[in-house]
Amino acid sequence: MNDLPRISATGGCRDEPILKQRGQREVFCGLTGIIWLHRKMQDAFFLVIGSRTCAHLLQSAAGVMIFAEPRFGTAILEETDLAGLADAQAELDKVVDQLLARRTDIRQLFLVGSCPSEVIKLDLSRAAERMTEKYAPSVRVLNFSGSGIETTFTQGEDACLASMVPVLPKTDERQLLLVGALPDVVEEQAVSLLTDMGVGPIRVLPAPRADTDLGVGDNTVFALTQPFLGDTHAALERRGARHLAAPFPFGEEGTTAWLRTIAQEFGVDVETFDRVTAAPRARARKAIAQASESLRDKSVFFFPDSQLEIPLARFLTRECGMRAIEVGAPFIHKGIVGPDLDMLAQGPTLSEGQDVDLQLDRCREARPDLTVCGLGLANPLEAEGLATKWAIELVFTPVHFYEQAGDLAGLFSRPIRRAELLELEATP
Amino acid sequence: MKLTVWTYEGPPHVGAMRVATGMKDMHYVLHAPQGDTYADLLFTMIERRNHRPPVTYTTFQARDLGSDTANLFKTSLQDAYERFRPEAMIVGASCTAELIQDDPGGMSETMDIPVPVIPLELPSYQRKENYGADETFFQIVRTLARPMERTAQISCNLIGPTALGFRHRDDITEITSLLSDMGISVNVVAPMTASPADIARMGAAHFNVLMYPETAETAARWMERELDQPWTKTVPIGVGATRDFVHEVAGITGLEPRLDEERLRLPWYSRSVDSTYLTGKRVFIFGDGTHVMAAARVARDEMGFEVVGMGCYNREMARGVRALARDFGIEATITDDYLEVERVIETLQPEMILGTQMERHIGKRLGIPCAVISAPVHVQDFPARYSPQMGIEGANVLFDTWVHPLVMGLEEHLLHMFRDDFEFHDAAGPSHHGGHAPKPETPGTTVPLAAPSPRNNPDQNKEHAGGDVIWLEDAERELRKIPFFVRGKARRNTETFASERGVAEISIDTLYEAKAHYAR
Repeated sequence: MNDLPRISATGGCRDEPILKQRGQREVFCGLTGIIWLHRKMQDAFFLVIGSRTCAHLLQSAAGVMIFAEPRFGTAILEETDLAGLADAQAELDKVVDQLLARRTDIRQLFLVGSCPSEVIKLDLSRAAERMTEKYAPSVRVLNFSGSGIETTFTQGEDACLASMVPVLPKTDERQLLLVGALPDVVEEQAVSLLTDMGVGPIRVLPAPRADTDLGVGDNTVFALTQPFLGDTHAALERRGARHLAAPFPFGEEGTTAWLRTIAQEFGVDVETFDRVTAAPRARARKAIAQASESLRDKSVFFFPDSQLEIPLARFLTRECGMRAIEVGAPFIHKGIVGPDLDMLAQGPTLSEGQDVDLQLDRCREARPDLTVCGLGLANPLEAEGLATKWAIELVFTPVHFYEQAGDLAGLFSRPIRRAELLELEATP
Repeated sequence: MKLTVWTYEGPPHVGAMRVATGMKDMHYVLHAPQGDTYADLLFTMIERRNHRPPVTYTTFQARDLGSDTANLFKTSLQDAYERFRPEAMIVGASCTAELIQDDPGGMSETMDIPVPVIPLELPSYQRKENYGADETFFQIVRTLARPMERTAQISCNLIGPTALGFRHRDDITEITSLLSDMGISVNVVAPMTASPADIARMGAAHFNVLMYPETAETAARWMERELDQPWTKTVPIGVGATRDFVHEVAGITGLEPRLDEERLRLPWYSRSVDSTYLTGKRVFIFGDGTHVMAAARVARDEMGFEVVGMGCYNREMARGVRALARDFGIEATITDDYLEVERVIETLQPEMILGTQMERHIGKRLGIPCAVISAPVHVQDFPARYSPQMGIEGANVLFDTWVHPLVMGLEEHLLHMFRDDFEFHDAAGPSHHGGHAPKPETPGTTVPLAAPSPRNNPDQNKEHAGGDVIWLEDAERELRKIPFFVRGKARRNTETFASERGVAEISIDTLYEAKAHYAR
């Protein structure tokens, strides 16, 4: 069990200098996370207290992707709320009454702060406390901020999960907590692999419904499934839980390392570990080999987006044979992505934050074979002849663990294969 | 505070972006927090633009709020000018920046930017996207356009088209060619395609064609006053309106009204026998005021539909839509509340919806066919092919796109005749729409009837029948034999018929008496 993947010959990136520039950031705000969180938590409603811009963002981000009846909405602030003509707290009570009367299936209500509500200092934690008392026990009301002045894209999920930790009941049970909103199929695979090794009991945050027996305490150890959960990590440690730091479960290597960290904690023996993982590991290797054929020796450039960039760069360089030119991330939390940085060979520029115009200059100069970027940049870069992978798909598609490792490689190889496939010239 | 699930319009600064993104050599510096950059994807993804919108966001964060967001704005403005070298710039604040009151306009005046910098005041908490576009275009025109000598040949400006507009790209082509047939050249198309230098020479045109009142009426009125340019009041969507438009232009210019109708096919297609089945189809129309008013005339006069409801989401157009609805003998629905529109549609049970992408969602849920006639629209409403709404070809496009979602005439008869056929059934949908019909698991097995949606269940329908009318079981069963696309109408007519006569229970006889009563 001591064959944890090690740093490559050139040494890892953990202590490499990080390029930090300050300029325009081309990123979503944390409200975007609501789009997947509201599907994951089936009895939760997300009420953004914000402006028409917030509502428009949710719909534009969601409109590209889903058409189902949403369990989110926006309480749009109006002139009277801002001018102090109306008591914003009383107005909010009215909106929530209206909402809960219409949606009696709701058990958890999240009041989500936005840029405008933060700027006018609308106290949502007070509102949440008041409403929790009012609607107890049928509805629990929590609050977090998804504002663009405080959060970037996936940090919204972090803020949401972190808001749930303080109200979890205390438990002294020895347990494993998996943290991060994953597609159900992926979550079940992880739980089943670990269960087969004899690890348990296993619980998951966020739970699909409010009325589960999820608790936390000194005997809880937790593993993150997403690298953007810094605040949740801190909140869990405050409740006495202990973090199992590991590379993230992307690709065969990442998944094995992640599972092994947990297995070691729970004293799983080598034979059991190998017996459980051997078949899916082999499948994952095979799938990656096929899907990554067109990625070998190609270069990749990451714009900051979801905070998945460092683990994905590790996967693409080590398992798909790519060369990273720049790996940009909105934030680099070494306590969380440290193990991935250790495995990422030195060479690429690591950047944190963004001046998008300067970064575009670097990207155009480098002419990477594949650019991973947000939706605002993808088509303009394609028009300049650069193949792109829009990063948001990475948080919307099942990409974790063994059975999805080939799909993950496929997400990156498809734009390259497509560029090679299209033939629009006259027959010679 | 107002609870909103979906919104028809974005905030006003998105309207300003639509103007800037449509233009050339214009740059917009927007004081805004980082998340507001999502708006770029409206243009790069939904409209498939191959360039980033010409917008620089200051992307301030919480930690900047205590220190110096004003300086951040100044630096962004200076950097954006140096990097992009535009001919003119617009500056403004998004909703959050409006609250911190940095005054981008005032700050830009204190700086030495060597091109015109036009400040925008767009009240985010009162107004919306269309207002933002209209106001931005007006400010740009007011700053840059001046009276000047008219062109020798009679010319006009086409005003109103913006980025992200519904079919604006193709409407420009269609109207340009229509005017050219009359001997009128186009001086400037604005804001879409225009540079600030083009705006400066708008005064050379003899008159303005106001294509979209939503985005350019304020500018049209200003140019009438200051540049002495009359503007057209008719929006040439549909055959009748296009003919009216030609006459209006002839009146303004003194030219002969000329319209080349060789390619016009809507009138014949509508008269041809296959279209008989369109007669009296009950349609509900919703969208922006301009497109709704045009569509209502086309629907009633050129397609032979019955307009059972209409409305718009932009209050600026409420007066015109209300007046037209009165002419049609119906009540207008003026609201930007998606749920209210859904309620109205549920109550009216139209056979077809002409709406926006939102009504397409509603139609999908209620099983009512929908054609899109107005913004907001989605990526599939920016087709690769030439597909205008205006002029001669626009009329042809309207015929095709409105008929497409419907079940075709003969097919309708077949559905009547063979009600329980396993391939012709409710869940199958129109046969020319692939992918609608779920294949039976094993060939030969009967497809079960589509599960009744919660909105179709008799208990609920009793409520909005407007009385205590009860459907007896055999009548309910008979009703179910009526094909799905007319069932709503049959149910509604029967209930109205029954409650008007004080009949409390609907039997098979009531059903057929009502059918005879409403026969046409």
